[in-house]
Formats: sequence, structure tokens, C-alpha cells
Amino acid sequence: MIPSLFDYKRASSAAEAISLVTEYGDDAKFLAGGHSLLPLMKLRLAAPSVLVDIGRLKDLSYITDAGSYIAIGALTRHMDVETSSILKQHVPLLACAAGHVGDPQVRHRGTIGGSIAHADSASDLPATTLALGATYVVQGASGTREIAAADFYKGFLESALQPDEMLTEIRVPKMNGAGWSFQKFNRRAQDWAIVGVAAWRGNGGSGVALVNMGSTPVLATGVAAALASGASVADAAELAAAQADPQSDLNASAEYRVHLAKVLVRRALEEATK
Amino acid sequence: MKISVTVNGQTHESDVEPRTLLVQYVREDLGLTGTNIGCDTSSCGACSLHLDGEAVKSCTVLAVQADGSQVTTIEGLATDGKMHPMQDAFMQNHGLQCGFCTPGMVMAAISLLRENANPTEEEVRIGLEGNLCRCTGYHNIVQSILACAKGGK
Repeated sequence: MIPSLFDYKRASSAAEAISLVTEYGDDAKFLAGGHSLLPLMKLRLAAPSVLVDIGRLKDLSYITDAGSYIAIGALTRHMDVETSSILKQHVPLLACAAGHVGDPQVRHRGTIGGSIAHADSASDLPATTLALGATYVVQGASGTREIAAADFYKGFLESALQPDEMLTEIRVPKMNGAGWSFQKFNRRAQDWAIVGVAAWRGNGGSGVALVNMGSTPVLATGVAAALASGASVADAAELAAAQADPQSDLNASAEYRVHLAKVLVRRALEEATK
Repeated sequence: MKISVTVNGQTHESDVEPRTLLVQYVREDLGLTGTNIGCDTSSCGACSLHLDGEAVKSCTVLAVQADGSQVTTIEGLATDGKMHPMQDAFMQNHGLQCGFCTPGMVMAAISLLRENANPTEEEVRIGLEGNLCRCTGYHNIVQSILACAKGGK
């Protein structure tokens, strides 16, 4: 399968990349690792007329300790997130989740920024960064702004990113030793989750987000509220799907997904509760 | 678009359409048909080759993305007519049946050992999650990789 014809532009800086997408508007797409976009283009589900390759902007590949949070450049590859000693120490949930994305070959190419900007609710990192209360930094023709993960996901493959904006950095609060768990239920190792759960608990708080339980990643606020008011893990997990609106597909019915979400949230909270 | 890619040690200056996939480039433009196309959807791993030393699925990389890079395919592993230790390990341990997945398995396995020189059997199995064998010959594939690792190569 070969993508439709497109023009290829290689950006040598973030500013040049933004200027190029501003010039070409809705017809242009950023190309980072390409592991979300190219499969869609090969299936002709996406046919941008211009690809702006940002994959060589090495200055957007970094993981740094910024005090209360870890700053991750948008072009940092999944493999680098998975193996980062800084993340293993301060945000182990994210390092673990990155190691569940696709397979090693995919993780050698795919980037955290690409995965988040693609905004697929079935992907692991949108939900994981949502559970962790991350902030996304985006750069556009008119400047830079920050978007809370909770305000970012708008619909199926739709985000708060404007056509002329580029995700440049992901800021993830340090977990400060909180317990955590990443649960991914699928039929084959490399598949997307039928349902996934990213959860942490500790230091007087908790965060639970669901993978593939609707058109966007879902923050299970009902679970966190129940835990805060003293509910048991088992009782809180019963509220797992309260904010979710899952679809039925070849892998599972919506009802089965609701059941699975409750089971996986309970398992996740049991693992995360120290 | 003009690209320059070093494949198996030889630099090629080529003019490709931007939509040319890397696997299509090595197979059709360079005639290196050892890299197979299986699922064509970055699931099966048959098209795995090394891009700057790491295994990638070449059905999901554009040739223009490999501009300026080093590519190694299964044809580039043998030196002076002598098989790479991983190829030898697959032969000694009967690590192939029909052989279709084998080039991708070998390339993924070499990449795996570069990142983890002494993996456990479980780590090998997890490390091969991106490669499918329709003959279900996984047992001997895993044994081949463990044997190669024990050989220190």
C-alpha cells in the first residue's frame, strides 16, 4: 500500500516547521516518527497534500528534570522514554507505559509528541499523561501556550491543537514516590489495548485514566473522588466507567469494555496502593 | 526528491518520490529482496531492517526519512562469505521453517542483543513481540537467539 501523492518539506527548526504549516494550512501535516500518520496514509484514510518532516529536530528530543516536573521534548522516542533513568526515578508510570507502546521497532521510531498530537484514545500515552496531570506546551505562529492534558482531547483523533500549532514539550509532574500501575488488556502483545488503565495513588491524591474507553482518553474522576472520600478500592473501581462512553468493535462489546474497565481499575489500584 | 542512503556499506544517490516506502526502495530500486513485505501495516515485522543500527519496520518509514542514514538489510550481514553469528545460530538451532519471517526475525534479534546482550528467555520473547511467525516456530527462534547471546556475539 502506497500513500497518495504529497509534497515533502523538511523543516530545520520548529519556527520553520510552523511557518510551513501556516503557509499550507489544513492540507499540511507534521511528520515525526510517522508511526501513527503513515499507516493512515497507506490505508488512504489520510491524504495530506504536504508533509512537513520535523523528525530531524533533535533539539526537541530531551528529558530534563525541571524541579517539580520532568520536561520531555515532543520528538523524544518511545524507546528513550521507556529507558530514561530520570523518568524511571520520577515518573515510573510513564516509562512503563512507553514500554507497552507497539513493539521495539515501533518504539525506535514513534515519538511521545506524535502519539499525543495524534490524540488516539486507544494509544497508551495520551491516557497515561492525562492520569498524571501533564501539561502540553504548544508553539504556533502567534506564540507559545500551555494546555492541560484534561483540556486537550476534544474528540476522535481531535485535539485542542490548531492547524498552525506544533506540540513541542510534555511536562509531567513528578510522582514523588506515589504507587502506580499500568494495565493493558489485549489479545496479542503488540496490539492496542482493548481497555487500558494508567493509575497512581499516594501523597494524598490519585489519578486514573482509561485507554480505549471512548472517543477520547477518559479521566476517571469518579474513582479519584471516591478514593478521596474514603471508599475502598473495590467500591471505587465500580465507578471506573462512570465518565466513559465506550464503543463496540471487533474486539469487544461496549458492555464488555465497561466490565473490563472495572476489573482493570481494581487491579491497578490494588497494585498502586501501598 | 534526491536522497543519499548508505545501504550495506554502499552509498546510493537516488531520486525517489516522497511517498516511496523504505522497504519499496530497498527491494525495487536497489534489488535487495531479502527484506520481505508481509502485513504492510507495521504488525508482522517481516520488513524489519536496521536504520542507523536499530531495527525498524521499513513498511512504515519513507525512503526520504532515511536520507543520510545507514541502512543494513539481511544481505549486509555476512562478511567475506561467512554468515553473521545470528544467522549461524538460526541455522544451527533450526530457527526457521518456511523462512518468510526469518530476515525480519534475524534483524530484530540482532537489534535486541545490542540493547540487551544477555537476555533471559522471557526477555527474548517480549523483545520479539513485533515479529510474527505464521509457522508458529517461536520455540526454536528463541533458542537460536539465546544460543547466539551465549556465544557472546
